[in-house]
Amino acid sequence: MTFSRALRCRECGREYELKPIFSCEYCFGPLEVAYDYDGIHAAISRDSIERGPKTLWRYAELLPCDPAYKVDLGDGYTPLIKADRLAKAIGLDTLWVKNDTVNPTWSFKDRVVSVAIAKAREFGFSAIACASTGNLANSVSAHAAAAGMDCFVFIPDDLEQGKVVGSGIYNPTLVTVRGSYDDVNRLCTELSMEHPWAFVNINVRPYYAEGSRTLGFEVAEQLGWRAPDHIVAPMASGSMYTKIWKGLQEFHKVGLIDEPHTRMSGAQAEGCSPISTAYAHDTLNFVPQKPNTIARSLAIGNPADGYYALKQMQDTGGGAEMVTDDEVVEGIKLLAETEGIFAETAGGVTIGCLKKLVASGFIKRGEETVAIISGGGLKTVEAVADHLEEPLHVTPNAAAFNEAMRARQASLVGAGA
Amino acid sequence: MANKHVRLTFTPQLVQEPVIYNMGHQFKVITSIRMAAVDQSVGWVVLELEGEEDEIERALEWTRSKGVRVDEPTLGDVVEG
Repeated sequence: MTFSRALRCRECGREYELKPIFSCEYCFGPLEVAYDYDGIHAAISRDSIERGPKTLWRYAELLPCDPAYKVDLGDGYTPLIKADRLAKAIGLDTLWVKNDTVNPTWSFKDRVVSVAIAKAREFGFSAIACASTGNLANSVSAHAAAAGMDCFVFIPDDLEQGKVVGSGIYNPTLVTVRGSYDDVNRLCTELSMEHPWAFVNINVRPYYAEGSRTLGFEVAEQLGWRAPDHIVAPMASGSMYTKIWKGLQEFHKVGLIDEPHTRMSGAQAEGCSPISTAYAHDTLNFVPQKPNTIARSLAIGNPADGYYALKQMQDTGGGAEMVTDDEVVEGIKLLAETEGIFAETAGGVTIGCLKKLVASGFIKRGEETVAIISGGGLKTVEAVADHLEEPLHVTPNAAAFNEAMRARQASLVGAGA
Repeated sequence: MANKHVRLTFTPQLVQEPVIYNMGHQFKVITSIRMAAVDQSVGWVVLELEGEEDEIERALEWTRSKGVRVDEPTLGDVVEG
């Protein structure tokens, strides 16, 4: 059963029935799912959750959909890894990495899509759709295939081959759109009104967004039922960043953890940093930007939850940072070389910003910190391919190998390494 | 008659200009402000426009020509990573 009871406008507080709608008809504010927390409190315990499946569906009572409609590819419940070598490299005593690269389609989007597709099926939709530059398209295509639903995926026509294949393999109706980023946004909004589809981040967005709360649930459970001092998460629309905090607060509301005092910080790439720029200017009103960064999974120039993300920074004592594309690559490499985790560009943004936040003293050495790594590196190999050490090329004999090694070591000494 | 929702973002230089008032006078569109905020660095308005579809498009094109950013949909980008 579900304990979701209504949709509530985040601006004016008006409530609506649980339907596939996403904005308030009075003030046009965004709608969010409201729950019966007393009912959840009575229905679950740490013990009941621990006995649940090793996926995000272990938190079914806290999700806005009937689990009978779930399409579970093994979404969520990803490892929380103690990152001692990375902690030492950047100057923290205790750092954890929430490794969402190991989701079924290698990104945190499986969390939101898992919930969205269950709700879409519950509403009776037979087709699901999305507009995406990669991760979301991959996840929607995979879940639709597993559910046997029709699937329409809209992508910009200049997308890298890897991302096109990563959706195409599941055989959705793949549509490449010629036009600017704004054109694609406009087109997909228009199509969502014309066709009887569940557009995951438009008409079922209030439910879809709730999936990200499971990141907060898992971090708290995996830390032994408590919240950390600080969380650093990447920000695109700002939705995941705000929902992690909502998840921690809800865990407290239903009696699973003590009141969280986590400082929430957000990470963006300089080439698309409307939220971090507004934070730097000490305002809650961001100016939309035209994205230009290698971190395409974070390239949302007009972020739906930008205002709420900025408000959350104020409320929790967190902050925001931004990094250049070069720093994104450095961040990806640092995480890989210290912890053995290969992240996509968004992960490089998170690690780069975390490093800056620690270096500036904004995050204190003693603050127990969690970094959210939202997607796997094989999705964006072109970002780092030209920045790696050249392999040693040798003929198949030991002398050639030894000579190549001597030359490599000499060059490292020469370079002062 | 058509109905459209847009978000207008104004730079500080434009905040003092009566853009919405002028839009309503120069074009046959009815404007209704649903949400808005303004501070030192930016101002934005979520606006409902009612009128003939062509007239709404002309009004928005004129608004863009004044240097105002016009976004549809009003709740932010729908193309996600």
